Amino acid sequence: MSVLDKRRAGPRHPAGGETTPAADDTGPPDAKKTAAERPGTGRRGLPLALNAVSVALGIALWWALASAGFKLPTPPEVVSRAGTLIEDGTLGEDVLASLTRVLIGFALGTAAAVPVGFLMGWYGIARGLMEPWIQFFRTVPPLAIIPLAVVVMGIDETPKIFVIFLAAFLACVISTFQGVVNVDRTLINAARVLGAKDAVIFARVVVPASTPFILVGMRVGLGSAWATLVAAELIAAQEGLGYRMQNAQLYYDLPTIFVGLISIGILGLLMDRILLLAERKLTGWQERR
Amino acid sequence: MTSKPAKISVQGVTKTFALGRDTFTALDDVSLDIAEHEFVTVVGPSGCGKSTLMNILAGLETPTAGRALVDGATVSGPGPERGVIFQQYALFPWLTVRQNVEFGLRTTGVPKAERRARAEHFIELVGLERFADALPKTLSGGMRQRCAIARAYAVDPSILLMDEPFGALDALTRVTLQEQLLETWSQDRRTVLFITHDVDEAVFLANRVIVMAARPGRVYDVIEVDPAIERDEAFRLSPEFAALRNRVWHSVYHQEGRTAAPAAAGSATT
Repeated sequence: MSVLDKRRAGPRHPAGGETTPAADDTGPPDAKKTAAERPGTGRRGLPLALNAVSVALGIALWWALASAGFKLPTPPEVVSRAGTLIEDGTLGEDVLASLTRVLIGFALGTAAAVPVGFLMGWYGIARGLMEPWIQFFRTVPPLAIIPLAVVVMGIDETPKIFVIFLAAFLACVISTFQGVVNVDRTLINAARVLGAKDAVIFARVVVPASTPFILVGMRVGLGSAWATLVAAELIAAQEGLGYRMQNAQLYYDLPTIFVGLISIGILGLLMDRILLLAERKLTGWQERR
Repeated sequence: MTSKPAKISVQGVTKTFALGRDTFTALDDVSLDIAEHEFVTVVGPSGCGKSTLMNILAGLETPTAGRALVDGATVSGPGPERGVIFQQYALFPWLTVRQNVEFGLRTTGVPKAERRARAEHFIELVGLERFADALPKTLSGGMRQRCAIARAYAVDPSILLMDEPFGALDALTRVTLQEQLLETWSQDRRTVLFITHDVDEAVFLANRVIVMAARPGRVYDVIEVDPAIERDEAFRLSPEFAALRNRVWHSVYHQEGRTAAPAAAGSATT
């Protein structure tokens, strides 16, 4: 499986973070169900409280540092700047511009990665042909492609979306490939002895079995897409969160930089939660530890 | 066997695997015939090629030499007349019990209404009707294997190939499932090839116990069990059972020339 398998281990449980207790093999299923519900309610409240405490402490620390003379804006300054930026519409426009780039790049990247990953996992020929390129581009950070992208594609939206696409694609393609490679042979054999031919095995066994991997790839890809955004907006952008922050840097405008950072963080978190929700819906059949 | 043509016929099957620079002989010139309605168990030490034999009969692997015939035709791939039950259950975890049981019926194009009815029937047969819409992850090991059995039965195979199906279950569940399997078998008399590493299980279930030897995998001994015997608890605790068990045990655990190179290179044919 070569270098590709440095993708995370624990293929059956790519989501992490789940608290569902494992259904063990022996106990009667009814007992398991109640056991699953009982700690669920208690455990859900505690991490939320801890999260809130942690956020509050972080803000307090930030405030303390800012008051102690570090070159930081205080939280109220940032909030009031956010208010101004929302009022004059700048923040809305920037969010819209950045979100559009990320979503287009991410959607294209994922849409390309899933079929390519399937091809690589399923057909040795496809793997042999594509693996060197994917490995090569994986070692080149998408940001390093920017100069080339600008020269070749100009300075409009295309190079920005392209590097985001590349980042999302590379993250997702490897995960998908790994998912297909990891499909349990026994399940494929079970399908074969039940009369399934290749097309049916692919659609009814390989696709569902690799769905958890694809979703993990999408989450990683989304992270990469956001990570690439700011740098992509270096390329002669007129708007966007990254552009706004760079612009603010010129004027030593720290509150605006903070507003940009926090916006990116919140947007990324929201999108990740949406994917996590999809993951729970689609891969609830998995046995989790 | 008698004049009846063999339901399953293994003729001089050899299977070698490449193992680095070496080759590993999983099966060495194995021949055996299984008559229709026969219940044959295969027992042997690990590495004796019993699973390989089953995979060849299932059509999942091809022999390096020799051939396997089912109903007189050479096996060239999986077929609906051969149902396979795997040790690891091999249920599709994203499908419910019912959807798992219907899987084989869908691939063979059985219309929906009939599919439903047949799945219902076999889910009931294995006693999972309360769990028809449950996902495998919520089932115990024994229930999973019962679901796998229902899934294999649903396509109505005339042969059941079972690869240590109860190997991962606790002793109690195992005995229960053995008895249920025999009960079903005594009604429908499908031809069964049942692979196990458990000597008791091999003796209790079989009309004929085939003992295999390892390195290279070959048929070492064949022990007949009178099919007229009632397979119940009395049999399990009888001196006859103990004697048979002794014999099979000896055959499995005290094979001549076990560590030496091929002792009986030729295979014992029935």
